[in-house]
Amino acid sequence: MAAVFSPRANVIVTVVMLGAVGVVVGVCLWWFTWPRSDYVRHVGWAIQQPVPFSHQHHVAGLGIDCRFCHSSVERSAQASLPPTFTCMTCHSQIWTNAALLAEVRDSLSENRPIVWARVTDVPDYVYFNHSIHVSKGVGCESCHGDVARMPLTYKAKTLTMQFCLDCHRDPGPNLRPLANIYDTNWHPDPATPPPAELMRAYHIGGRNLTECAICHR
Amino acid sequence: MRNAAAFAVGIAAMALVVAGCDDMTSQKKQNPYASRATAPGDVPSGTVQYGEAPRPAPPLTMALLERGRTEYHVFCAPCHAETGDGHGMIVQRGFPAAPPLATAELMAAPPQRLYDVVTGGWGVMYGFAQRIAPDDRWAVVAYVRALQRSQHMMLADLTPRQRAAP
Ligand code: HEC
Ligand code: HEC
Ligand code: HEC
Ligand code: HEC
Ligand code: HEC
Ligand code: HEC
Repeated sequence: MAAVFSPRANVIVTVVMLGAVGVVVGVCLWWFTWPRSDYVRHVGWAIQQPVPFSHQHHVAGLGIDCRFCHSSVERSAQASLPPTFTCMTCHSQIWTNAALLAEVRDSLSENRPIVWARVTDVPDYVYFNHSIHVSKGVGCESCHGDVARMPLTYKAKTLTMQFCLDCHRDPGPNLRPLANIYDTNWHPDPATPPPAELMRAYHIGGRNLTECAICHR
Repeated sequence: MRNAAAFAVGIAAMALVVAGCDDMTSQKKQNPYASRATAPGDVPSGTVQYGEAPRPAPPLTMALLERGRTEYHVFCAPCHAETGDGHGMIVQRGFPAAPPLATAELMAAPPQRLYDVVTGGWGVMYGFAQRIAPDDRWAVVAYVRALQRSQHMMLADLTPRQRAAP
């Protein structure tokens, strides 16, 4: 009786089995990494907004501080987006006829808030709080990038759990003096206190910041 | 037979557990930005409405003055400039001229008057009731006072020790 399988079958079976394992591993990897990739999270894409607001113009150009518009960032979980009233502090008098600002004027006259599109968003099962970071020496730049030089706002970093944990494991090197929190293009200079000293000054280090309940509560 | 029954129960239990899964990325919890109806309208937490209860001034401390300097830098300097002379960046770009703060009239004005200007605005200047908390407004007032004093210092105002300092 002739052999049912030719010797070649051994090779085919091996290849098919390895292929199958490869596909399973590949699909798992893809399933895990793809949703967290910069591409899917739209990192670096300028977001379409009702008014083409430019941080570069207002912050780097005119020198307005972040808190002028994101005024609750020091005090609450949310940084908050500026209401129409805040824009009108200046635009009631300057650039009053600009077509670019028609939406802001309509918003004022119709008493209807401007609906800004979200740029940064973490899932709802994550608890985040701005005030603690701002008062413990974490600059806006650490999470939002160099906002002051963005003509249109885009997401600069993928805010994955890995990203948060990388800092929470050892915040020291990412801390800065309180005077530089709002400077989004800051670099440590020789006069900057060393990380260990900053950690002490901000009283950080007494507890485990990687505890799940810190961010998932 | 026993095995099949156990298997069926196992599958049913697993199905039940999996049925509990849902996408927790968006949850029905209070998310002020989720809809127009819940978006914070005018009053962020820690600040109050326009016609608010009068607020007595906190005691004058160095910490209050330093807080005032920060708040002044953030909210007033764009127009009034860091020195209070009124040539801030926004004025340079066409905003109506802001008056200098170190005038005799404003130096004589009671602190409450300055507080009210910060709260409710003055002429073309909008108020900051929503953006600056009451105690921080007093801090700004204290800092403006210091700014005014600093620009009208006379040698005679200094104590002998201050005069001797380099
Ligand atoms: C003149 C007002 C103004 C100032 C000053 C300002 N912003 Fe903004 N910011 C806005 C507005 C309006 C938006 C919403 C439109 C957009 O996304 O561009 C925004 C959006 C943002 C966002 C994206 C929010 C989201 O949807 O996730 C970040 C991050 C941000 N600002 C950071 C900063 C930082 C950091 C500074 C200081 C360096 C700053 N802003 C100064 C008005 C301002
Ligand atoms: C502190 C004053 C101030 C505030 C607050 C402010 N702006 Fe402006 N904005 C300016 C000035 C000044 C210019 C014009 C700059 C120039 O002449 O170079 C300008 C220009 C603009 C322009 C057109 C020019 C450009 O290239 O960007 C837009 C659009 C604009 N602002 C949107 C907004 C919006 C939206 C808000 C509210 C979130 C806002 N601004 C709040 C001062 C301000
Ligand atoms: C530790 C990281 C981190 C730092 C530091 C940080 N942010 Fe954020 N920011 C976030 C995250 C995460 C979100 C999204 C929050 C959400 O989805 O609820 C966000 C959202 C925002 C928004 C959108 C509105 C809101 O309140 O959700 C603005 C505006 C903003 N940040 C401004 C700032 C400014 C200004 C600073 C500096 C003073 C700053 N952020 C510092 C992580 C950070
Ligand atoms: C660049 C550093 C850095 C990054 C990035 C960072 N954090 Fe933090 N976080 C800190 C520091 C520092 C503290 C203050 C720790 C303390 O007070 O002991 C803190 C505190 C917190 C707290 C408050 C803990 C409490 O109970 O008071 C929460 C919640 C939090 N972080 C969430 C997040 C989330 C979510 C992210 C990612 C989007 C994130 N953090 C990214 C540095 C960082
Ligand atoms: C510093 C903040 C922080 C801490 C601490 C933290 N997480 Fe997370 N976690 C996040 C953020 C932010 C996300 C959302 C990530 C994303 O959007 O990709 C997340 C997502 C998750 C997810 C969903 C996975 C996914 O990507 O779909 C799980 C599960 C999770 N965390 C479990 C844990 C467990 C278990 C712990 C404790 C060991 C923990 N987390 C501690 C910030 C944190
Ligand atoms: C957008 C520009 C702008 C900003 C920001 C601004 N001001 Fe003014 N301010 C003005 C202008 C313009 C006037 C003159 C108003 C008029 O006469 O119609 C004025 C007037 C004043 C006056 C004089 C009132 C009087 O009796 O003559 C005081 C005091 C004052 N501002 C204080 C402040 C303080 C304190 C802040 C910060 C919390 C501030 N301003 C922020 C533009 C501004």
